[in-house]
Amino acid sequence: MSIKKKLISSLLPILMPVLLGGCVSDAASGAPAVLDTEEETADLISIGFSQLGAESDWRSANTQSMLESFTEEYGYSMIYENGQQKQSYQITALRSFIQQEVDYIALAPVTESGWDGVLQEAKDAGIPVILVDRRVDSDKSLYTCWLGSDFELESRKLCEWLDSYVNAKGMSSSDINIIHIQGTMGSTAQIGRSRGLANSAREKGWNILGQMSGDFTQTKGREVTAAYLKRFLDVNVVYCENDNEAIGAIEAIEAAGKTAGPDIDKGDILVLSFDGTAEGAKELAKEGKIAAIAECNPLHGPKVRALIEAIEAGESVEKFNYVDERIFSSLPEVSEVYVEGVLYPVEDVE
Amino acid sequence: MNQENKKQSIFTKVSDTNLLLVITIVIFFVMYIGAILFQGGAFTKPQMFFNILNANAALIITSCGMSIVMISGGIDISVGGVVALVSMCCAVHLDMHGGNIFTSMLIALGIGLAFGLVQGFLVAYLDIQPFIVSLAGMFFARGMTTIVNTKPFNVENAAFKALMETRIYIPGMGTVNKKGIYVPAYVEPGVLVALALVIVLFIVLRWTKTGRSFYAVGGNRQSALMLGINVKRTRFISHVICSSLAGIAGYVYFLHVGSGSASHALGMEMNAIASSIIGGTMLSGGVGNIAGTLFGVLSLSTIQNIVSNAGLDQAWWTGITIAAMLCLFLVIQSVVMAQKKRALK
Repeated sequence: MSIKKKLISSLLPILMPVLLGGCVSDAASGAPAVLDTEEETADLISIGFSQLGAESDWRSANTQSMLESFTEEYGYSMIYENGQQKQSYQITALRSFIQQEVDYIALAPVTESGWDGVLQEAKDAGIPVILVDRRVDSDKSLYTCWLGSDFELESRKLCEWLDSYVNAKGMSSSDINIIHIQGTMGSTAQIGRSRGLANSAREKGWNILGQMSGDFTQTKGREVTAAYLKRFLDVNVVYCENDNEAIGAIEAIEAAGKTAGPDIDKGDILVLSFDGTAEGAKELAKEGKIAAIAECNPLHGPKVRALIEAIEAGESVEKFNYVDERIFSSLPEVSEVYVEGVLYPVEDVE
Repeated sequence: MNQENKKQSIFTKVSDTNLLLVITIVIFFVMYIGAILFQGGAFTKPQMFFNILNANAALIITSCGMSIVMISGGIDISVGGVVALVSMCCAVHLDMHGGNIFTSMLIALGIGLAFGLVQGFLVAYLDIQPFIVSLAGMFFARGMTTIVNTKPFNVENAAFKALMETRIYIPGMGTVNKKGIYVPAYVEPGVLVALALVIVLFIVLRWTKTGRSFYAVGGNRQSALMLGINVKRTRFISHVICSSLAGIAGYVYFLHVGSGSASHALGMEMNAIASSIIGGTMLSGGVGNIAGTLFGVLSLSTIQNIVSNAGLDQAWWTGITIAAMLCLFLVIQSVVMAQKKRALK
């Protein structure tokens, strides 16, 4: 008995490193590839990409675009890190990139605030930082440039569309009762899209019954919409800040025994959405359940690559770079919108 | 015969704690050295290790508190919420009410202490399940964080920013990168706080009466009662210490990120529990060690770094490796427990 006990208690510490040795070599089996790329082809440009998470279809498309644009065929090696919606993970990732001596850092920050320290460290180490999608409120000298969408413009286009549509239906602006499902609070997309709606609602005289964050997710979008539909009986527009929230909102509308659709003069609830990347959302837009979608182009990869190529060639790049974006609707009533004198054609859903 | 049994049980108990501690430390070193040998690159630089400390100073502190509660047979899942609440309250205090660093530290301590007193009272004196009490505490803290301020924001207070950007440089540990720029090695002030607390708590648990009563109460409440230990007070104190540490951790976290946000420290309580278990603390109570907890946090973070340096998608692979590691530890713990029971027969 006591021999058995001794055997086990002495075996355990010995076994541990063996078990762990297995673990480590497993984890490290991906490492030779990394080392190879560093040693054999030293002329590959290495990029550390800290993506904020994988919360929506838009984000997945964005990540995919980045990964596809920085392959070895193009002369790059990319280290991709998923920040899982946590700023502390992203800061850790950036510090790790600095230690790994990457040539460039691409950062899609989860929030706008709190980046000064780590951006300063990257700058001190001589590594250019390119911000993707969302912005940071740090000093402009701390990053090289930013690439992304003009979220407020997206919102303005969508609001102009709503205004024209309401007029086409012969309704008065004061009949429009909107519930506003916001994105993750503090993100650039949320700030721009919320500001766009707030300004337009004030100009046009729409009523915003309530606003709450749906965190850019289908589940939260459904929950928040369901709660508002119980509270307010005269809702006729749901303004969602991304596709996933819109899909959730439609589920909630149908679960509440109402209909999502274009005929707001006949009791339908009009759903507005952003992004246009989720496949489900496009189907819903074809059916008219989502009335209009302001596109948010997720394909940042090639544009970021172009920026890096320009920096490599010694050219100076613009501080803020925008991607081109469209507006979609399958409803025939509105064919074009004007924002600040610029015409944007309303395209049919592909 | 009877006396012999008693001796044996004391012997096995001591070796439980120490055996698990040794395993933890060995695992950490094997992993880290393995990473240096197999992965090289960033792991060969001292700053990689300091980065692990910098990123996890707050987690080290919360995990120490968690270990103490777990050793005394409880659990506290409100710590992540307390960290978020502290960071938000301090941020609001500093930027909107013109507070200074000293008063903001008092606020952090006060919030932690208040949570500890209430939760400790409910658990110890009203005998409510600690899981339920701290679940309520977690919801309360998260809710309060949003009520204090919905939007996340950066602190602009100059004195605070200076403290936040304070770096304790470690001479001789820096490296020159391929662009020929010297990258110095440093730790943040929070790391010193965390390490100091680890030392203090290590001494308290090992050599003071209060510290030992945690083990006694967690090991067997009835026997502790018979030994004349004030079980209720001991459980109360364990919660007060844990939440106060969460308050301090909140400030350290705040100092690390420099912003208040309702989404700060999401899931930190789970990482703290995982670190404590990897560090050799048993969920059933009575076994654990603060030094082990420190190595538990370091191991957890080293896994994350190994996985991400290998180029795997961090989010999923980290989860899977941590899960595998936790399983391993739970198996070891149950084997040790089985041995102990057999020895007692």
